[in-house]
Amino acid sequence: MTPTEFEFLKTFLKTRSGLVLSNEKQYLVESRLLPLARKGGIASLSDLVIRLQKGIDRKLETDVVEAMTTNESFFFRDKTPFDNFTNTMLPALLKARGDRKRIRIWCAAASTGQEPYSLAMLLKEAAAKLAGWRIEIIGTDISNEVLDKAKSGIYSQFEVQRGLPIQMLLKYFTQNGDMWQINPEIRGMVQWRMLNLLENFSSLGEFDVIFCRNVLIYFDQPTKSDILNRLAKLMSSDGYLVLGAAETVVGLSTAFQPVPGLRGLYHRGGVSSPGAARAGVQTGSRLFAS
Amino acid sequence: MKTCLVVDDSSVIRKVARRILEDLDFSIAEAEDGKAALESCRKDMPDAILLDWNMPVMDGLEFLTALRQEEGGDRPTVVFCTTENDVGHIAKAIRAGANEYIMKPFDREIVEAKFQEVGLL
Repeated sequence: MTPTEFEFLKTFLKTRSGLVLSNEKQYLVESRLLPLARKGGIASLSDLVIRLQKGIDRKLETDVVEAMTTNESFFFRDKTPFDNFTNTMLPALLKARGDRKRIRIWCAAASTGQEPYSLAMLLKEAAAKLAGWRIEIIGTDISNEVLDKAKSGIYSQFEVQRGLPIQMLLKYFTQNGDMWQINPEIRGMVQWRMLNLLENFSSLGEFDVIFCRNVLIYFDQPTKSDILNRLAKLMSSDGYLVLGAAETVVGLSTAFQPVPGLRGLYHRGGVSSPGAARAGVQTGSRLFAS
Repeated sequence: MKTCLVVDDSSVIRKVARRILEDLDFSIAEAEDGKAALESCRKDMPDAILLDWNMPVMDGLEFLTALRQEEGGDRPTVVFCTTENDVGHIAKAIRAGANEYIMKPFDREIVEAKFQEVGLL
């Protein structure tokens, strides 16, 4: 690929998806787009760039964005955010939302579905505490292709072994040859939407928990700030934001404060601890916009 | 340093597992069947056991059942690692006292994830 072609792809991807590619990521572009070109009968990456430049192949444009933004995902990835969900977020929200008995969770870069389904399984495990509660989990992603896979809930033997405890595999999946499908009761707990984080997402409504992990790292600083500030507007006053291990709000947004001692977990602005957040609710903070 | 006994009749699998687990800071012992594994455990009970199912002399399930009846045999964390990949085998292994279950083929990430899951890492 020539430098000019790489420059074109960088601009194209930044405009379409916000993805920022540094010059040393040329290998990534080649490794992800070459298979796509071959699949579509396009002889080379140069030919692929020419087709994009002509602006007449919408499907190819979508496929290129999807190929470059699709991230690896696995069940209970990094473990800690899920421990924090069970041990910190859920108990605090159950206490704070006792009157409404409703919790809304958004997985903002849901990819092939493992993150929202992991949360759904944890909620199922906590079912005894949740009788009478309405819990919504919404999974969104920029890629239609990964959302189709997410909706199907079908995973390979390889995928179900990365992070998923064997007891949960037995309990919540049905085997079909070498593939495993997550059971309808868990699938039914998650709603799916295609969504580009660069675009307006205010119509999703207000959330108590937002998982937005391992996606901000692909954006430049102004885009990260913009997304974080728009996430804050969708979050209840004592809501939680969960970022990836390599991500932070520091220097990007004052709308969130780190929860002390819990890496990657943030509270909506001005609140420094779960205790303070609960106090805020008790003094009359609004719980839900909708 | 934690200890792990790798039990598999394939020397290639034992070698691959050893390499992965040594990178994860385990001290490794090896056995090529259940009987040799049981003898090894009687001498020196490991912290973890990575266990194949189908082996000559004594298979993995027989070994695990016998191990759990030994004095101190309840202590090792046992992770099955086998080509048996159906629900029936998995459930049988759990009932016999396995803590986790890896379906072959496996790689470094799977071993690491499973060992993390059972608190070995």
